[in-house]
Amino acid sequence: MTCSSTRSPFSQVETPAVGVSIEKLSKDFGRLKVLKEVTFAVEPGEIFVLMGPSGSGKSVLLKHIVGLELPTSGRVTVDGKDAAAEETREQVRMALVFQSGALFNSLSVYDNLALYPREHRVANEAGIREKVMHALQILSLEGTARKSPSELSGGMKKRVAIARALVMEPQLMLYDEPTSELDPVMSATISEIIATVKEDYHVTTIVVSHERELAFGIADRVGILMGGALISLGPAAELRSPQDPRVAEFLNPKIDLQHPRFKNLET
Amino acid sequence: MKQITAILDGFGSTWLLLVRSLSYAGTLPRQYRRFFEQCYLIGYTTLPIVAILSFFIGSVLALQAGYSMQNFGTQQFIGSLVGLSMARELGPVMVAILLAGRVGSAITAELASMKVYQEIDALVTMNIPPARMLVLPRLAATLVMVPVLAIIADLVGWFGGAIVAKYTAMISIEPEAYFAVLRRYTHFKDVLNGLIKAELFGFVVVLVCCNIGLNTRGGPREIGASVTRAVVVSLILILVLDYFVTQVLMPLQ
Repeated sequence: MTCSSTRSPFSQVETPAVGVSIEKLSKDFGRLKVLKEVTFAVEPGEIFVLMGPSGSGKSVLLKHIVGLELPTSGRVTVDGKDAAAEETREQVRMALVFQSGALFNSLSVYDNLALYPREHRVANEAGIREKVMHALQILSLEGTARKSPSELSGGMKKRVAIARALVMEPQLMLYDEPTSELDPVMSATISEIIATVKEDYHVTTIVVSHERELAFGIADRVGILMGGALISLGPAAELRSPQDPRVAEFLNPKIDLQHPRFKNLET
Repeated sequence: MKQITAILDGFGSTWLLLVRSLSYAGTLPRQYRRFFEQCYLIGYTTLPIVAILSFFIGSVLALQAGYSMQNFGTQQFIGSLVGLSMARELGPVMVAILLAGRVGSAITAELASMKVYQEIDALVTMNIPPARMLVLPRLAATLVMVPVLAIIADLVGWFGGAIVAKYTAMISIEPEAYFAVLRRYTHFKDVLNGLIKAELFGFVVVLVCCNIGLNTRGGPREIGASVTRAVVVSLILILVLDYFVTQVLMPLQ
C-alpha cells in the first residue's frame, strides 16, 4: 500500500529509517534486576515485536531506547548514537506511543498534535494545521480535533497518541502495549494502523506487547523477554511451532484447573 | 542518611533546574502566551487574598502597637511602625507565604500529575524540555508579578493600619497624622528592601515547587505527598532565607 499522494503535508525530504542496537543492556532498580544483559538489534524499516509476560522488563527496555531510563551497564544505540545522550533526541526523531496515551490533558486533541511542530517551528500555523488534520484523517479522527482528551474512549486515546507521534514524522516509532485494554476488534484495528504507518512512512517500528495476534499478524521478527532476559529471537513464523517450553506456554497457555499456576508462583 | 541524601538531591536538582530553565531564556518572547497565562494565574488570581490578608495584618499591627504604645503615650508613632513593618518584613513574607499556599501548591499538583501520567516523559521524547515549556514561563511570570503583589500588600496594609488607628478609641489618630509619620520614617529604600526580599522568596518558592512536582514518582498518592512537601519546604525556605537576607541587606542601608 502506498500513500504518496496523501503524504504531501509532511516533509518532502525522505529521512531514512534508523536501526537500533542493544548491547548487553542491564538495568537494576535497587536490588531488583529488571534487565539482564539483553542483546539484540532492530534493522532499519522492520517491525520488531517484543513480547513477554507482565513485569518482564519490556517497557523498561523501551524507555532505554528513547533515553528516559539510563542503563546500569551495557549500551543502547539508535542510528549508531548513544540513546542515553540528550543530543540523540535532537538528531533522530523518535516517537513513543505510551500505554496510557500520555496525552496532554490540558490541551485539546488538535493542540496535542500541534505541540511538536509548534515547539520545533517546523512550519507556519497553516502548514501545521495541514499536517495535524492529515494525521487525524489517516486515523479517522477528524471529528475529535476540538475535543479534550478526557472526552475520548480508550481506543480513541490510543489512536490520538499514534496521530501525535505521526505528526513528528519519526524515523523510529515505538509502541508500548498499544492494544492493552482494548476490545479484540479495536486491537486488530490498531495492529492494522501500525503496519500501515510502517508501510507508508517506512519507519522502523518496535512494538512492546503481549498479544499473540499482533505479533503473528504484523511482525517481521519477534523477541521474547522473560524475567529480564531475552529467551527467544527470530522471525514471527518460527513462533508458530516454538521449541522452548517456556515460549510455548507463554504463547498457548492452557487453563488447567487441576494444577493451577498461581499456586506455584514465586513470591 | 537517606534523608540527608534526599535533601542534597533536592538542592542539586533545584539548581540544575534553575540553570536549565535560564539557558532557555532566549525562547521567552515566543512563549509570550504561556508567560501571560502564568502572569494571570500568579498575579491576578492571587491578588484578592493578598489584599484581604495584608489589610488585616496592617490592622492588627496598628491595634497591637496602639495597645502597647499607649503605656508610653507614643501612639502618634504608629504610622512609622506599621509602615516599616509592612514594607520591610510582613508585606514580602506574607506575599511569599500566600504564593506558596496558593500558586506553589497548584504548580506542584499540576506538574506532579503530568509526571505521574507520563505527560512529562512524552514531552521529553518529543524533545521539548519541560524546563523550557513548563518552568521558564512560570519563573518569568513570578519575577514580574511578585513585586506588584508586594507593593499592593504594602499599600493595603498601611491603609488597614490607618483605619484602625482612626476608629479605635485608645488610639484615635487621624489618617493625616498617621500618614505624615509613616512618610517621615518609611523611605523608598525600605520599600525596595522589601521588594528584593519578595522577589527572592517568590522565585525560590516557584522554583522549588516546580522541581518537587517534576521529580514526583509513583501514583496519585504521591501527587498529594509532593504538594504537601512543596508547601512545607517553601515555608521553611521563606522563613530561613528571610533571616539571612535581612541580615545581608541591613548594612547596605
